[in-house]
Amino acid sequence: MLSPSILVAAIVNGLLTGALYALVALGLTLIYGVLHIINFAHGALLTAAMFAAYFAYRWFGIDPYLAAVVLAPAFFVIGYALQRFIVGPTSHGDDRNMLLVTLGLAVVIENALLFVFRADTRTIDLSYALSGVDLGFAFLPLPRLIGFGVTFVVAFALWLILSATDIGHAIRAVAKEKLGAELVGIDVAHVYAVTFGLGTACVGIAACLLIPSYYVNPSAGNAFVLVAFTVVVLGGMGSVLGALIGGLAIGVVESFSSLFLGESLGQIGIFVLFIVVLLVRPNGLFGAQA
Amino acid sequence: MQTDVLLAVQGLHAGYGETEVLRGVDLEVGYGEIVAVLGSNGVGKSTLNRTISGIERPRAGVIRFDGSAIERESPAAIVARGLIHVPEGRRIFPNLSVRENLDLGSYRRAAARRAQNRDRVFAIFPRLAERQAQRAGTLSGGEQQMLAIGRGLMAEPRLIILDEPSLGLSPRLVEELFALIERIDADGVAVLLVEQNVVQSLEVADRAYILAEGQFVMSGAAAEIGADPELKRAYLGM
Repeated sequence: MLSPSILVAAIVNGLLTGALYALVALGLTLIYGVLHIINFAHGALLTAAMFAAYFAYRWFGIDPYLAAVVLAPAFFVIGYALQRFIVGPTSHGDDRNMLLVTLGLAVVIENALLFVFRADTRTIDLSYALSGVDLGFAFLPLPRLIGFGVTFVVAFALWLILSATDIGHAIRAVAKEKLGAELVGIDVAHVYAVTFGLGTACVGIAACLLIPSYYVNPSAGNAFVLVAFTVVVLGGMGSVLGALIGGLAIGVVESFSSLFLGESLGQIGIFVLFIVVLLVRPNGLFGAQA
Repeated sequence: MQTDVLLAVQGLHAGYGETEVLRGVDLEVGYGEIVAVLGSNGVGKSTLNRTISGIERPRAGVIRFDGSAIERESPAAIVARGLIHVPEGRRIFPNLSVRENLDLGSYRRAAARRAQNRDRVFAIFPRLAERQAQRAGTLSGGEQQMLAIGRGLMAEPRLIILDEPSLGLSPRLVEELFALIERIDADGVAVLLVEQNVVQSLEVADRAYILAEGQFVMSGAAAEIGADPELKRAYLGM
């Protein structure tokens, strides 16, 4: 029988990992909620951001957490430009085309990274990566504590943008009523691009939080985005709160299944949960809310 | 060109795919005038509105608003000029609060006077003031229509297109609506009223056009059209 302290430690660790899933899922669910497409380029963009954070440290000695301050706006601009000048124009207003274009983007980005950086797996060693808070029954590594905190800050910032600014209201308006939005003078193409930019800024930040404790190679981002898809479905497609709570829940599920089934089978619990959610509650926990 | 014409549509053709919906439409709305466009379902009334507000591109023809050609402009640019289209089916934002809906009405125009204009709209529709924090999707049909018109007024329109505003309203609310249209007009706003409710539209309108199969078959002073039983029987099914 497992002692309670091991279970508590598993929960705490699960929440810390889950926060990073939540952050990746926030970007994905925001884009889904407004553009109604699954952004298949999300993983490749996360990988690209991880490379950016890696080289910012390697070449210029910039701490990843400092790099986040630059990468968030930089990836906002990249996401904005991708939607405005590539995904939007090539899809001619058809959602299915948009989906395929993001898939194409993913292939191009991943192969460009592979071509330039080869398939090597790279890591960085930060002096404080192994320090942390010892609770007695659990050790909380500093990078993951920071990741947890930053996720909440980002989620709060997103909520603030969506609920208290004109562009946020416009984003929510476009999500549910595109024609009505056009008729009040909202530039829908611009709003789509801003949304894509915000979603991409989320992976820009997530990359900086991941790089101190994970590795990067040209397909590193995919593992996180695969889990993030599950989070988005669990939380409800398009729901910001759902992504946050769903991410934390998935982290705990993963942590428990590693505890009971062994480390290598940790993710099996996530996909069992994924199937159960689709069967029992296909709209997710917070489905149909933007 | 006359200088007292705010909106002038000339030789407008528009359609979808193989179908030509508008086949050479000419229409004028003067400053501060109420003009009714009447016609049965499917004759192209909504296409006319959507083309004027930039949602659809015309195949041929010119649309001038206050002297400038606007037929190639984006809906946002047209809104910025003060030509506001309150669409059929209301198209309010169901997931936003009443107040957020109104505020988005001034997203492109008159944002600096948002608070004053909101108070003005609340004075016209006290019901919306009571429900300003409520999600717009939970409003009744009549309240949603008020919200759609209120959202349009937030942009300080110079011309407001009202597309089937009486659809689905109770007779009492229809009375109020037509009184409101005269009130909007009295503030100097031109109104292009597209309606199936012929009798009341002709009562408030200065002039009227009758659209049938993509062309205007009749235009003139509203009173004259209203007095012609032959015409009403042939085109308006009365």
